[in-house]
Amino acid sequence: MRAHLPILPVLLSLAGALLLPLVGLATRRAAWSLAVASAGAATLAAAAGLVDVLVRGTQRYPVGGWPPPWGIELVLDPLSAFMATSVSGVSTLALLGAGAGVAAGVGAPVFYALALIALTGFLGMIASGDLFNVFVFLEIASISSYALVASGGGAALVAGFRYVVLGTVGASFYLLGVGLLYALTGTLNMADLAARLPAVADSPLFVGGVAFVVIGLAIKMGLFPLHGWLPDAYTYAPNAVSTLLAPVGTKAAAYALARTLLYVLRPEGLPVNATVAWAGGAAVLAGGVMAARQVDSRRLLAYSSVSQLGYIALGLGLANAPALAGAYFHVLNHALMKAALFMVVGAAGLQGRGPALRTLGLGPAMPVTTVCAVVAALSMVGVPPVGGFFSKWYLLQGAIEAGQPLLAAVVLVGTLLALVYMYRLTESVWFPAPAGRGAAPEAPAPVLVALLLLTVAMVAAGLANAPIVTRILAPAAAR
Amino acid sequence: MIEAASALPGWALLPAGAAVPLIVVWRRRPVLRDSASVAAAAAQTALVAVMVPSVLAGGVLVCRPLPLVPGVPLLLRADPFGILFALVASALWLVTTVYSIGYTRALQERAQTRYFAAFALSLFATVGVALAGNLLTFFVFYELLTIATYPLVIHRGTAEAARAGRLYLAYTLTGGAVLLGAVAWTRVLAGRLDFQPGGILPEAAGVATLQMLFGLFVLGLGVKAAVVPLHSWLPVAMVAPTPVSALLHAVAVVKAGVFGLVRVVGFVFGPSLTRDVGAGTALAILAAVTILVGSLAALAQDNLKRLLAFSTVSQLSYILLGVALGSQDSMLGGVFHMASHAVLKISLFFCAGAVYATAHLERVSELGGIGRRMPVTMGAFALSALMLTGLPPGVAFVSKWRLLSGAAEVQAWPAIAVLLASGLLGIGYFVPIVVRAFTGPASGPVAEARPALLVPILLTTGAGLLLGLAPDAVGHLLSLAQAAVAGVAEPR
Repeated sequence: MRAHLPILPVLLSLAGALLLPLVGLATRRAAWSLAVASAGAATLAAAAGLVDVLVRGTQRYPVGGWPPPWGIELVLDPLSAFMATSVSGVSTLALLGAGAGVAAGVGAPVFYALALIALTGFLGMIASGDLFNVFVFLEIASISSYALVASGGGAALVAGFRYVVLGTVGASFYLLGVGLLYALTGTLNMADLAARLPAVADSPLFVGGVAFVVIGLAIKMGLFPLHGWLPDAYTYAPNAVSTLLAPVGTKAAAYALARTLLYVLRPEGLPVNATVAWAGGAAVLAGGVMAARQVDSRRLLAYSSVSQLGYIALGLGLANAPALAGAYFHVLNHALMKAALFMVVGAAGLQGRGPALRTLGLGPAMPVTTVCAVVAALSMVGVPPVGGFFSKWYLLQGAIEAGQPLLAAVVLVGTLLALVYMYRLTESVWFPAPAGRGAAPEAPAPVLVALLLLTVAMVAAGLANAPIVTRILAPAAAR
Repeated sequence: MIEAASALPGWALLPAGAAVPLIVVWRRRPVLRDSASVAAAAAQTALVAVMVPSVLAGGVLVCRPLPLVPGVPLLLRADPFGILFALVASALWLVTTVYSIGYTRALQERAQTRYFAAFALSLFATVGVALAGNLLTFFVFYELLTIATYPLVIHRGTAEAARAGRLYLAYTLTGGAVLLGAVAWTRVLAGRLDFQPGGILPEAAGVATLQMLFGLFVLGLGVKAAVVPLHSWLPVAMVAPTPVSALLHAVAVVKAGVFGLVRVVGFVFGPSLTRDVGAGTALAILAAVTILVGSLAALAQDNLKRLLAFSTVSQLSYILLGVALGSQDSMLGGVFHMASHAVLKISLFFCAGAVYATAHLERVSELGGIGRRMPVTMGAFALSALMLTGLPPGVAFVSKWRLLSGAAEVQAWPAIAVLLASGLLGIGYFVPIVVRAFTGPASGPVAEARPALLVPILLTTGAGLLLGLAPDAVGHLLSLAQAAVAGVAEPR
């Protein structure tokens, strides 16, 4: 079993997705249980893989026993193990909290099956050690995401269509880039590519390949100014879908960008890293300003994602040790807080409140939900000792070490923008909504449990940041 | 100075930290809840006081409970300066808690549980700020202090309070972000963040870099230290209940900013580097301007609490001026003024709150004859006000005398002029209140404040007098200040 840890999370998630249509015929509750169990099992497997990597070092897994370069290789190293654990863990909690909210649109079994297929795609992208295999899982994740977003009907159909068009452009760019690199080197395996590319780094094919791969993944990741699909998709998708996709969907693409750019392509002669860093900085500011202007809570959160993904891109572009630790750590922190905040908005929606900010008001009626929202907001702003503070601390260190005081200032200004939009959200959550609404009961138990676990994880990630960084992220950042 | 591992600095954080959940759990049992506050304040004071002898003997107690980020532990370090601040804050918290109970009951305040929980959390953060052994630990507690005091600023729940709260957060968290930038930069320049007497920053970093870094620190910490022009939040925050204004916005929060600046000057840059890059002079000018602007603005106020707030703006910069001038005596005066201003300003706020809770008056123009109705309260107000202007034998005389002699020592004549002018202005804004209170016609029968309000007033006013006559009588405050200054001045 231990030898199969690299592939186990993917298989567990896929098995759940395949079983769901059968179980889902029975009851909606059974579908929910199976989805949570399957994602939970994937999380446990990913966590076991993380422990295993820390003990034994990087694991290479030839799928079906076919050695590379002929077969597909999966690689479990500190970075992929950390990402797989983060993504599957947050997905599990999002599915746990989705129980009560999945109603309108597609039937529940379909939602859970699509969610697990998306998770399979994310985990496959993360596990893959092969550029083409990344594309396959990217498309698996994307197509299920399109369907999930569009399942809201109405405006979500338009948003979903836009997502399909732009997402397909991104995927095509990526595939085109991979094709160019394959033509140049004759291999798709990441390790082989990394070894062969330096010899051909001045070829125009290499330049084209790098550009297409990076732009394609930047679209998938929602990196400003290529984020066009993101705000509508997360605003109009059903709450349960946004709670799942907003935290983890873009992160898998961010991981793919980090993996290809920093560990495979390494275009030292091209200004790619600087471009990514400055695009990230622009995203932090533009996303933050847009978020601060919104009157709809979900749109606010969507633009906040644009801003927070900017932080990740900024760190990846700077690419020194503290900046990378900050970027990777922010993947986890942002996933936790964004899942919690979308869940809070979803909980309000169950009571017929929101998504407009002024009708949110959970106030004293839902104290636990409100407190969780406040902690998530503190993490977003970057107030110690919640996790979000520490990712920003490492990014700040990275920017100063890289001799980029402007980017350091961007990191700080971004926290102030986050203060503005999170203050508006928190204030509208905290204070009771205008008259006319009776006292709302507290959110349903599964939502509360998921919210509390997310909140505890946010604080725990902050308190345990030193071991996380020294044991996992520093080795992951070593290139 | 001998460093010794000890759990005591960690224990000192425990009472306030444990009080927060207890206060919430006992929200339906007000007696238990309020006893938890009193017990926590007493325990915290005792735990800090226990550290005084070993610190005075030259020891530094160090406690590293967990790593904060790789290479930077959560470091709690009890040295004379930190213990001085922690001791003053804790002892005054004890007094304020008694006062708060009387005040909230008299006014039947809403949300008392949230009030006392936030208060305990604020004191937890304050002791953390005082005992922080490195800049990152300091920052963590400094930000926590901002968050913990926010619910107290918006306590009244009015639109005005909400506006004040927004302004408060905007100012303090912006300051926090700038401070964070300065801390991260220090880490890159010095490779470390721990407070060391004499400083940690290398001269090799270059004058321009160090000047910019110092500027960032002043911008970041100057918000809470209410340095002009970053002080605007303080008068607005007076919308909070009076005990909050008394302890947090005259002692804990604002002094956390001043304390941080003194730490930066003495323990991050070091006095000699501060002087060499010209930062001492710049800070002295800034402090002098703040002293004058604060005093002049106080003259123009009609709302009593706002008047006291502007007086705080002015008095806080006495501390900065003393440290910026850099002579032994001026630094001693500045550091000791942390204690003397705290004791006197809190009793002034207590008096203002007692008048509000008893007679529902908050404007100076309405106070005619109040001295005849509340002779003890207003007598204490008069005494504290006169002592705060620096008249002997009050405790502020001790600090201001040393400030003046220290300024003379380094021949900083403009600073002396500013100190004297501000003393006169202080008489100018306090004496009319006292005169009006005792000369106007009494508008009602004698009706003193309730004992829970009156006892704290008498305690703090008495302490102001006692410390003026014998500065070492309570908690060895002057010795602590002397040890703190001697520690900073030690050569590298």
